[in-house]
Amino acid sequence: MTTDVKSYLREWAMPHVLCPGCAHGIVLRAFLEAVGRLELDQDKVAMVAGIGCSSRLIGYVDFCTLHGTHGRAPAFATGLKLARPELNVVVVTGDGDGLAIGGNHLIHAARRNIDITVMLLSNNIYGMTGGQASPITPQGAVASTTPAGNTEPPFDACKLLIGAGASFVGRVLAANPVVMTDLLVDAMVHRGFSFVEVVSDCPEYYGRYNQLRSGSEMLTWMTRMEQGVADPLAEKGFVAHIPKLAVPAGMKTGVLHSENRTVFEGVREPIPR
Amino acid sequence: MSGPQLIQGNEACALGALAAGCTFYAGYPITPSSEIAEHMVRALPDVGGVFIQMEDEIASLATVIGASLAGRKAMTATSGPGFSLMQEHIGFAVIAEVPCVVVDVMRGGPSTGLPTSPSQGDVMQARWGTHGDHPAIVLVPASVQEVFDLTVRAFNLSERFRMPVTLLFDEVIGHTRESVELPDEVDIVDRQKPISEPADFWPKVAAANGVPPLPAFGDGYRFHVTGLTHDERGFPTTDAKTAESLITRLHAKVEAHADEILGVETFMLDDADVAFFAYGIVARSAREAVLRARSDGIRAGLVRPTTLWPFPSSAVAEVAAQVDTMIVAEMNMGQMIGEVERAAAGRARVLGHLRADGEPITPAELEAALAGSANEEVKA
Repeated sequence: MTTDVKSYLREWAMPHVLCPGCAHGIVLRAFLEAVGRLELDQDKVAMVAGIGCSSRLIGYVDFCTLHGTHGRAPAFATGLKLARPELNVVVVTGDGDGLAIGGNHLIHAARRNIDITVMLLSNNIYGMTGGQASPITPQGAVASTTPAGNTEPPFDACKLLIGAGASFVGRVLAANPVVMTDLLVDAMVHRGFSFVEVVSDCPEYYGRYNQLRSGSEMLTWMTRMEQGVADPLAEKGFVAHIPKLAVPAGMKTGVLHSENRTVFEGVREPIPR
Repeated sequence: MSGPQLIQGNEACALGALAAGCTFYAGYPITPSSEIAEHMVRALPDVGGVFIQMEDEIASLATVIGASLAGRKAMTATSGPGFSLMQEHIGFAVIAEVPCVVVDVMRGGPSTGLPTSPSQGDVMQARWGTHGDHPAIVLVPASVQEVFDLTVRAFNLSERFRMPVTLLFDEVIGHTRESVELPDEVDIVDRQKPISEPADFWPKVAAANGVPPLPAFGDGYRFHVTGLTHDERGFPTTDAKTAESLITRLHAKVEAHADEILGVETFMLDDADVAFFAYGIVARSAREAVLRARSDGIRAGLVRPTTLWPFPSSAVAEVAAQVDTMIVAEMNMGQMIGEVERAAAGRARVLGHLRADGEPITPAELEAALAGSANEEVKA
């Protein structure tokens, strides 16, 4: 049964701030479908975000929503979860928010294995501030701060989180919303720290800088890459050095890691005397 | 009544927090404040509380804010370098109006500075450290007993005004052991909860006291909390009128109740010609210097604020109108002296006795400062 996602939206807060072609809306819809499928108590869902386009999503959902500071959402979420464990706490972050300024908080939340879910919407760029390079901007990609092409190697967010100790790690494309809902359901059901990287898009900045000119073209492109097509851009006659999303050909999606590990609940048990 | 106990200032802080109803602590190790965390981790589980050691001070205050929004009274403690990192979330707690208590056990700076010699170098940072216009409530205890009392007060003020409250003391007070008598019970203030139904609830509509009621996440009220300038519905806006109304109310809720927030103690001021302005540990030395000077026939007195911010301008102005000279003694290069000059407004001569070398200011130094100020007068 399909969820009535409108019942989870603050329609009074619309219109939203996202650009035409931005896939973040697809992600939000897929997430709300997951909330509906899990029949979560709407009063007990807390969404936490930092700063950036992805983070603005939580303003439009009718849950308890905490729009914190840049990169710190996992720390705010830790306080909420430890203080009130019955809350279902979900963090929405982006590649700049979660992996640059907030990288430290993200890896420590994963290491502790606190029972929260983090959705990281990677769109390869800082969209809110106008198209600067992020920690997952591929080498060679053009951004407003890498006009001659990015010279820094990117993170693989999922490998980073597995290394940090996240007990559930998955990746999904914004082009596959049905699969995304399934994956988010698994992530939220998982006891412990769950991390889902959603490969999203930014046609407005990343696409424009890198010859992927519309949302639909970017979604098609990421799907082709996942299928192992070496360089769809080359088919269009673009020069070969045009960089890709941070999605290498044949990139793995789905559940990449899952284990049962002791869940962190803070120091709350009296010292045995 | 459990009778007198010999405890450290940092321990008194932890005990005060527990007495005030604190059930959540998040922090990061830093000398000279770490004993507060070490006491809280042992004590909190016994009262249904939770402790967490975070990855840094930025995260510590974020976690405290999260816990507070989930309904708990929450605190963190640090020293100068960590206090610098916390400024980001002090600003967040101000605009989002989240009650929390931040303790800064001051040591010499700037930067890593003098670990861990005492200092009063953070008094302006406590007022202006975070960016943007904002009110601040900052309390400055001068004894171990007062650390306990003002920690309770810090929680009560933070709950009442829905804002962060900073407790500032220095390494000497943090590590000094003194005999204190802790009350069995203290007066406790809890944040106001909404009386409206969840469907009618707007999170930033202020009650008559200028403070909006605050439900906890999970109570059935679904609302938005943001560090962006927002309207009464809690939603971001860039509308100039709305922005003005928010920033005005944030200041007004403190200014309108400043008389109830301020704490000022005076000592031997009735006939004084010269008065010290001193706070924290320095006020203890100043008090001793006043007694010694009196025995030498110098009519000295002391004005000692326990609330540094809001600044007790009227109290200082009154003292300035009465004495010839005020001597501001502080363990920094001159931070509160500017405020004293502003409040004194020329009614008295304002001199400074400043020291920022990591050594506490002694009674003997201040006695000499009194004598020096008298000589200068003669010369003039």
